[in-house]
Amino acid sequence: MMEVSASSTVSLRKFGCEQSLLSRPDGSASFVQGDTSVMAGVYGPAEVKVSKEIYDRATLEVLIQPKVGLPSVKERSQEECLRQTCEASLLLSLHPRSSLTLVLQVLHDDGSLLSCCLNAACMALMDAGLPMSCLFCGVTCGIDSEGQIVTDPTADQEKESRALMTFAIDSKERRVMMSSTKGSFSVHELQQCIAVCQRASEKIFQFYRDSVSRRYSKSL
Amino acid sequence: MKDTPLSNCERDFLLRAIEDKKRLDGRETYDYRRIKITFGTDYGCCFVDLGLTRVMAQVSCELVAPKENRPNEGIMFFNIELSPMASPAFEQGRQSELSVKLNRQLERCLRNSRCIDTESLCVVSGEKVWQIRVDVHTLNNDGNLMDAASIAAITALCHFRHPDVSIQGDEVTVYSPEERDPIPLSIYHMPISVSFSFFQQGTYLLVDPCEREERVMDGLLMIAMNKHREICSIQSSGGIMLLKAQVMRCSKIASVKVSEITELINEALLNDKKARKAGGRCGFAESMPQGRITALKMDETPVEVADATERANEIVQKAEAPPQTVPSPEVPVPGMGQVGEVRQNTWGLKEEDDEDDEEEENDGVTKMEESGGGGVVEISDSEEDEVVILTPETPEKAKNAGPGSRHKGVPASKKKLKK
Repeated sequence: MMEVSASSTVSLRKFGCEQSLLSRPDGSASFVQGDTSVMAGVYGPAEVKVSKEIYDRATLEVLIQPKVGLPSVKERSQEECLRQTCEASLLLSLHPRSSLTLVLQVLHDDGSLLSCCLNAACMALMDAGLPMSCLFCGVTCGIDSEGQIVTDPTADQEKESRALMTFAIDSKERRVMMSSTKGSFSVHELQQCIAVCQRASEKIFQFYRDSVSRRYSKSL
Repeated sequence: MKDTPLSNCERDFLLRAIEDKKRLDGRETYDYRRIKITFGTDYGCCFVDLGLTRVMAQVSCELVAPKENRPNEGIMFFNIELSPMASPAFEQGRQSELSVKLNRQLERCLRNSRCIDTESLCVVSGEKVWQIRVDVHTLNNDGNLMDAASIAAITALCHFRHPDVSIQGDEVTVYSPEERDPIPLSIYHMPISVSFSFFQQGTYLLVDPCEREERVMDGLLMIAMNKHREICSIQSSGGIMLLKAQVMRCSKIASVKVSEITELINEALLNDKKARKAGGRCGFAESMPQGRITALKMDETPVEVADATERANEIVQKAEAPPQTVPSPEVPVPGMGQVGEVRQNTWGLKEEDDEDDEEEENDGVTKMEESGGGGVVEISDSEEDEVVILTPETPEKAKNAGPGSRHKGVPASKKKLKK
């Protein structure tokens, strides 16, 4: 059983967020982690096509647009991860027979793309004012060749790592809502990475709280 | 998702205001909205804000085989993506009329005007040339996507650098950006499109229509020009009939606007070059406005994870043990596979031989024949999947079938159990 040593501190890159930056979508946000940046826009609740309507809850559609080329299978799998997370946290039953559309545009990819998408999506959903049972955030961590855990890896660090894991963590009890992993690792390593990501998610949730309180500081 | 339709009173209000020479945002007839150009982290990425309309262009390159009829020229590929983020009316994947129109106009504006020297993109004649791909993503549609897209595309092309290539005999070496500085494209001129919208059958004209104005306009005239006052492309849509004097007037206005916009682009490119030379970080992250209440930045933060190992150990110990792994499945007879375990038939029904149509009631039960020499084993007791084995006893049974023919009804019911 391989032991992974986490140094007593790991770090998250510089991050930034801007909300309500687009005029047409009901909610929009851009999230930046280091050089990785993603822009998210939300429309909803809006009219839904009869073929897609669900009688007791809203239909959530997620679209990820890559920077170059048309969306491929990789984007589809990322969309699915995102959709599962959002459906678990949104109160869809408050808007039956409606559609919620979440569109994400990758502006630059320098590693940890899926977690940046998750963070941008959560901020956009908050900006749109959609009812949610909990907030969620995404944290990526990688295990490099020496066995060190690295959180929020850059693209170069991702290439060097032997395992890469992204977790979506909820804000109420810091539980794992979604996990997407690549590479090989032991059960022990997995649990360590989850514990590290849960710690890191606290910083991100604090950032969410700071952004929103700054945003409404003039009106409250 | 459908876009909200325009109400009649909105439409009347807009048209009356235009008749009074007033615009919704207070602009004059020939005024453009505020244009802001920023660049991304890597070469060839450009963001353009035309008022509230936002687009992003990205240029990328790849070495491919050239077209057969043009072995010495590189290939240019343009794509405007109408993202569903920009407007609820845009749908992913569907080639709407607007999407086809914009793509075609951008191609005519940039490709047919020969603003890029495609011969310089040739690496090995007839074998390898650079394919330059321009992707324009619309982020927010507040009218006049065409102008914003053309500004973004030409700026991104001016900003782009492709990797350096050297040829030694038959070998082609492509250098990474760290080894040798990448090379900019050679651009002859910068065509920029200017849009004019017409109202009340061509009586009133507005430059750079916003989204509301686009909805009530009768027709659109798009002129693509460069700063040398050369018209690269003209397109009139909407079925309006224009006088020659009107078109001449529009082209004069366009030349003034194009020179202003070209200056702005050159200034932005120069600023970006200085910033990169100075070594500072460039990109979308840096261009995020700081003073705004809706934006927040946080520096690099360390995260305390001292107790992560203990927590992980706890969880692993409390968890269940993984299931026993079976080294390999058991095979009853070598060379034969099976699904399910072999058991006696518990249905209480009697099996039959498929071949016989009629049988004596007495010998209705036939198990699978097990002839000693053949070594055939019963592998399935399913009523539907009968294996028929021909044995020497079959002809004798057939003889018995004759007197048993009066029992036709009975075998028929038994037959129902099969297939």
